[in-house]
Amino acid sequence: MYLGIVKGTLVAERKTSGLEGKKLLLVQPVDEHGAPTGDIQAAVDTVQAGVGDLVYLVGSREAALACDPTFVPVDAAIVGIVDGIDVDRPARAEGRTP
Amino acid sequence: MKCCRVVGPMWAAVKHPAYVGRSLFVVQPLDERGLDAGTSFVAIDHVQAGVGDKVLVLTEGNGVRQILAMGDGVPIRSIIVGIVDHVETGQP
Repeated sequence: MYLGIVKGTLVAERKTSGLEGKKLLLVQPVDEHGAPTGDIQAAVDTVQAGVGDLVYLVGSREAALACDPTFVPVDAAIVGIVDGIDVDRPARAEGRTP
Repeated sequence: MKCCRVVGPMWAAVKHPAYVGRSLFVVQPLDERGLDAGTSFVAIDHVQAGVGDKVLVLTEGNGVRQILAMGDGVPIRSIIVGIVDHVETGQP
């Protein structure tokens, strides 16, 4: 699992079967300080996250297991909205007062 | 599996039901000398690890499902499965 910050919403009208009704968000993976750690990616949202939220995601096959039904073609899923990390200079949600 | 250092706990109120009641840690992979190597990630704890501990982290979902014995639908991929006492490299 890894941390990410939601950067935007992705809308796709035509999708492969199984992805209908799934909310897709663009997420920038970050480390515990909020520094980007890789390329931005699209992820299925299972927790009603919004733009600016600090979230954690699960990748690979386990991303599909977070969905209902579980046999869907996804490789990243948001499975939690992070409230806090106990480190120096922790990553924070964007665009919100702490 | 990866040898990691526990960086710090994190918490989340809104989460997938499979994560309810589990402690989450940010962990940092280490190389054979104990230096940071690669990008930190999130793991659940299965051995009551603490901040600063050197730990063994399983990063494969099928093993996680066997450990947790919660059925086939658990969307968890990394779990702390051991606390490392020491690493020998044969080098001073």
